[in-house]
Amino acid sequence: MQLFAQQLLLGVSLGAIYALVALSFTTIFQGTKVFNLAQGTVMLLGIFVAAQAAPHTGFWLAALIGLAAGAIATVVIWGLTLAARGSSHLTMTIMTMGVQVVLVSELTRRIGSDFLTTKDPWGASVWHLAGVGIPAARVWAIIVAIVLVGVFFWALRSTPWGAAMRASSEDPVTAELLGISERRVASAAWLIGGVLAVVAGIFLAAAPNPGLDYTSHLVALSAIPAVVIGGLDSSEGAVVGGLIVGVVQGLVTGYAGHYSFLGADIGAVTPYILMVVVLLVKPHGLFGSKEVARV
Amino acid sequence: MSERRLTTHLAKPAAAGIAIVVLLLVPLYFDASWTIIGVFSMGAAIAAIGLTILSGSAGQLSLAHAAFMAVGAYAYAFFAGVRGDEHYAGLGLPPLAAAVLAVVVAGIAGLAFSPVAARLRGFYLGVSTIGLVFIAQWVMKDAARLTGGVNGRSVEPLTVGGFELSGSNPTHQLTVLGVPFGGTERLWYVSLLLLLAAIVAAARILHARPGRALKLVRDNESAAAAMGISVQRAKATAFILSSAFAGVGGVLFALASNFIGSGNFDLLVSMSYLAMVVIGGLGSVGGAVAGAVFVMALPLLLNKFSDSIPFLAAPGSNGYTAGVVAQIVYGVVVVAVIIGRPEGVASFFRTSRRAPAAGRLPTPSPARQTL
Repeated sequence: MQLFAQQLLLGVSLGAIYALVALSFTTIFQGTKVFNLAQGTVMLLGIFVAAQAAPHTGFWLAALIGLAAGAIATVVIWGLTLAARGSSHLTMTIMTMGVQVVLVSELTRRIGSDFLTTKDPWGASVWHLAGVGIPAARVWAIIVAIVLVGVFFWALRSTPWGAAMRASSEDPVTAELLGISERRVASAAWLIGGVLAVVAGIFLAAAPNPGLDYTSHLVALSAIPAVVIGGLDSSEGAVVGGLIVGVVQGLVTGYAGHYSFLGADIGAVTPYILMVVVLLVKPHGLFGSKEVARV
Repeated sequence: MSERRLTTHLAKPAAAGIAIVVLLLVPLYFDASWTIIGVFSMGAAIAAIGLTILSGSAGQLSLAHAAFMAVGAYAYAFFAGVRGDEHYAGLGLPPLAAAVLAVVVAGIAGLAFSPVAARLRGFYLGVSTIGLVFIAQWVMKDAARLTGGVNGRSVEPLTVGGFELSGSNPTHQLTVLGVPFGGTERLWYVSLLLLLAAIVAAARILHARPGRALKLVRDNESAAAAMGISVQRAKATAFILSSAFAGVGGVLFALASNFIGSGNFDLLVSMSYLAMVVIGGLGSVGGAVAGAVFVMALPLLLNKFSDSIPFLAAPGSNGYTAGVVAQIVYGVVVVAVIIGRPEGVASFFRTSRRAPAAGRLPTPSPARQTL
């Protein structure tokens, strides 16, 4: 029971982090119909920059610089997709893969065997809730995720930008005809996408993880099952999918010792197996809008 | 006009004939350090042809190609592996039978994924295939008796009737025109034969009924269904074909490197295969071959000349090594090709009579834009 509660809590906190990454994918997808395959590396880039700055500036300023780096990176990628205007959105998605290959090669080279940390104020401290220990960083991850997701949904529902975003996502042509600037919607979507990914990265680099290494862009890809399970164009789906994936992964990792025939890495691969199962039942995820073919 | 048509008609077979003759002569003039680059490139080209059938013609984005190559490579290693070995599982089948079976198994792996693949379209498929790469990585790392785990496993050489066609040190000596033909030289001819077969097979598939059906499914599923094409079956067929080609590529890779590990089939490898077909022009068989040779040979060539290229760092250091430079170059080329020529380099050789958009992934029509 102790183990169950422990892993459930860790899973929820991991799910909160995944929800942020998933939301960064879906926001960009809603805004521009491009799936940014370089998103994991944008996260790694932000943390890399923050880790370089942290020893000189301290955590908070370094985190801000990291967020800015992530935002700049996504806006640059958006600019590249604009240069390929006229190509299909799938082709633009392949282009983000090209960006991913370049960025990840350079970052891998620079990071080498280092572990990137942002000198976060939580360190290794652990909070105890009813006998269950959870790293302080993960508690803050949950709090920050709740606040950011709340603000995001409030903005989506109640601000002019949110209305424009929803309209543009629903029907880009009509939205444009009604005078909604596609550029404004798109730039904001990519900006938010970059920032959310780096926020998630800050918590992924904190305890209980030792920091981010050069393979960590793949960890962000664990949010892809969350995106697919929730539905590619659904913000609610991203959050729900993130929590599902986090909790399942947390529990599987916790109990992996009891099922050693499944191998040591079963926790990391569970989200993908879950995704394939969900897709067999619901090809558009839980909340994704269905593709309707009109003849 | 008719005269010009006649010359263009003859130009293609003539060029192909010259290319084949040149390729047949290569092992006589270049040593094994060159031919091995060619073997890797030809193996990659066969796999890339498979991907261009799937992505270019059927319009299905796949990032799982490395996973299907892994199935082919490990299946060969298992079927041909020594029976009763204390570390690795093996069936001890004759290597030729093992190679054929490995390709069949890769095709079956494609069939196994087709219930998912046939229902998904565009983004959902592309994104979910990433999952296959990770699932394959997990199997490769944890099914240690089958795959050698994180350490990888060695691969038996290909033999036909006891005569070795690959391997680092063949027992049967063979000398052609005074040139000793070792495993690499022999494998060069095996690869060349398979590549030619793959090109011919792909061209026959794409330009005949199945290929036209796939293209119609890509462009308009409703129209395809109305024409009596079974959309699900067409998509499943494309997946099976593409994974079988990937299986051939995987077996050749295993034979060429004598050793396979999970790192040979990770997500970045999958991405490099998508890069090959994009650089070459989606849907173009020749383009896939060109793209594969470019992406595969670039790091090997840079590595070969790393001593004489001043800015290259030594392998293993964290400077600009051949591998890093090659990755950055092909990543940039992918971006540049999509911005400049979305149809890929193959479009440079196409006459303007053909529709320039033929090789593009479909732009969704307004009716299908809600995903």
